[in-house]
Amino acid sequence: MKTDIIISGVGGQGILSISAVIGMAALDNDLHMKQAEVHGMSQRGGDVQSNLRISSEPIYSDLISLKGADLILSVEPMEALRYVPFLSESGWVVTNTTPFKNIDNYPSDEALMDELNSHPHVVLVDADAIAKDCGSARASNIVMLGAAAPFLGMPFEALEAGIRKIFGRKGEQIVDMNLKALRAGKEVAERVVANAQ
Amino acid sequence: MQKLLLLGAEAIAQGALDGGMSGIYAYPGTPSTEITEFVQASKEAIERKVHSQWSANEKTAMETALGMSYAGKRTMVCMKHVGLNVAADAFVNAAITGVNGGLLVTVADDPSMHSSQNEQDSRFYGKFAMMPVLEPSNQQEAYEMAYFGFQLSESLKVPVLIRITTRIAHSRAGVERKEVMNENTLVLPDDMRQFVLLPAIARVRYKTLLKSQEAFERSSEDSPYNQFVEGPNKKLGIIACGIAYNYLMEHYPQGCEYTVLKISQYPIPRKQVMELEALCDEIMILEEGYPLVEELLAGYFRKGKTVHGRLDGSLPRDGELNPDLVGKALGFDVSLDEKVADIVANRPPSLCVGCGHRDAYSALNEAMKEHGDGHVFSDIGCYTLGALPPYESINSCVDMGASITMAKGASDAGLRPSVAVIGDSTFAHSGMTGLLDAVVEGTSMTVIISDNETTGMTGGQHSAANGKIEEICKGIGVDPAHIRVVVPHRKNHDEMVQMMKEEFAYEGVSVIIPRRECIQTLARRKRKEAKQKS
Ligand SMILES: Cc1ncc(C[n+]2csc(CCOP(=O)(O)OP(=O)(O)O)c2C)c(N)n1
Repeated sequence: MKTDIIISGVGGQGILSISAVIGMAALDNDLHMKQAEVHGMSQRGGDVQSNLRISSEPIYSDLISLKGADLILSVEPMEALRYVPFLSESGWVVTNTTPFKNIDNYPSDEALMDELNSHPHVVLVDADAIAKDCGSARASNIVMLGAAAPFLGMPFEALEAGIRKIFGRKGEQIVDMNLKALRAGKEVAERVVANAQ
Repeated sequence: MQKLLLLGAEAIAQGALDGGMSGIYAYPGTPSTEITEFVQASKEAIERKVHSQWSANEKTAMETALGMSYAGKRTMVCMKHVGLNVAADAFVNAAITGVNGGLLVTVADDPSMHSSQNEQDSRFYGKFAMMPVLEPSNQQEAYEMAYFGFQLSESLKVPVLIRITTRIAHSRAGVERKEVMNENTLVLPDDMRQFVLLPAIARVRYKTLLKSQEAFERSSEDSPYNQFVEGPNKKLGIIACGIAYNYLMEHYPQGCEYTVLKISQYPIPRKQVMELEALCDEIMILEEGYPLVEELLAGYFRKGKTVHGRLDGSLPRDGELNPDLVGKALGFDVSLDEKVADIVANRPPSLCVGCGHRDAYSALNEAMKEHGDGHVFSDIGCYTLGALPPYESINSCVDMGASITMAKGASDAGLRPSVAVIGDSTFAHSGMTGLLDAVVEGTSMTVIISDNETTGMTGGQHSAANGKIEEICKGIGVDPAHIRVVVPHRKNHDEMVQMMKEEFAYEGVSVIIPRRECIQTLARRKRKEAKQKS
């Protein structure tokens, strides 16, 4: 098994907590993993990404090749498009639809959706709304993680265990809310995949 | 033991702690900052009282570490690549004094300049100082090099440079720990004149260093980090240095068809290089950074076997390597098409909404209107973003401290007003000495110390001059009537503009200190306080 994932967003949106859960799940399942992050200058409202590689075999490169990623998981729709050159032909784009507009020349909603929908394998998730329904807008990252679940090549229980570990200290209620968000995200993705088949 | 999920930078910190380190010395700088931060947060380090406070700059860090080594203990000093320029005097001379306790100098280079003003390759500094250099290819090796590095330094009696790059510093992987070694006890050097570099002694010590080169080379040849694997296809022999080895093996997960020499310890292991040269028709060199090995092996006249790499165009001359560039150099059919949809816009980094630097620049732009562009020298920090729209207020950013000294030079040349904009941490790092030059000559210039009470750019580390800036300026000799403090806030805009206009007109050294806490550290502090209450 080998899954190469690019996680993207804008500095400050917390993409690192998504990779932390996946990373923990991977190590607990005795998988190899490498995860390259961006620190420093670009964290100030710039675009940020993380290259996350999981495999049952040893991994060499910390970076994913162009046309090499199985999945682009983005917490921001325009940022998903930035990494399309890295997507393999059979790869999926899974993105939150809520834009983060901190620049003047941000594309129109229409152009953005047209471009995303022109891609053959795309899952659009209104993660902010779903997270609110689950009890907290702050869980939108976890909704996105759930939406990525069908593409990770890992058992869903491993992600649930990762959530329990990471949020365990914050109490039962927070854990349950995040598990709910995780499942809600997964359901959206499963529906899209089922329709595509 | 269970594997820890660590950044390369953290793996080095953990390795050094487990290898018996008694103190770490550093000034923050991407991508090296996380090494020291890891030690600061480590429970074991706190229990063992391992020193981990920030130093004022890289030179003071390097020298303090040398002092700890003098006293017999194991110590590490960390910095980003350009920090080694600041520490270079101490660094180069430390090779001549040699060490007592093991001394590791960890330097993080930033090829492709993700957060730096150049992409200099620290391996050249290692060669220049004639020190052994370790260059890990992965996180486990990073851990082990720090862990065993102290012993290497002690047995070779010289500091050892560990050179990493952004990609390994900021990439996580599983790391297996080793048993924790005891720290050294305090013990003075056997030879009490070892560290006295008077010419007569220095000459002797330098000859010792020269003589040691053979031992350093032998250590490289016997190093477990340098691996030679013969392949069936003799058309090409490949030398892969540090992390470049990964980009090679990414294309040969089952083993490479060509003979491969992986180099992770320098000086270059001569024996293995000769063997590779004898075995193969041509040579390809993969190195992350400048073509150090390539230049040496290709030679000026290029008379030996054909050598491929960054100099002959097989790989780009600048920038970070990646699996695609290496794949192309090796003749694989790889995609190099990075074109994204036209609607994707750039998101340049910008000053945070609510940041005090913004208000300082708004005022500066207005006060500068009557003089026009080109009067403002700046420095390195968050406030450097004042070079970009919407402010476009500053005209220079060269190296830490250069704002004040460049403003002085321009003032000496007749530029009026001549203004420097510098952050509080940068001022402490290397702004103070330049200010003294200006005071000594009564230079007509204004220094704006935009004080957010932290080292913002690198994530909010303690700033050495915090709470002392006015006193420092007074101590250096700035007239107290021309040291002016203001809260950079929209409501104080007019006051700030007025203050700047007055000081720009003053024929002498003036200092304006707009001071308001960084909103990032403020938010973090508030969160922490709220947590403690609940
Ligand atoms: C010699 C050197 N060391 C370290 C750095 C990394 N660095 C860049 S800016 C900066 C801190 C700046 O802090 P401050 O001057 O207080 O400005 P702020 O970012 O808080 O606005 C550091 C540590 C560098 N560029 N050069």
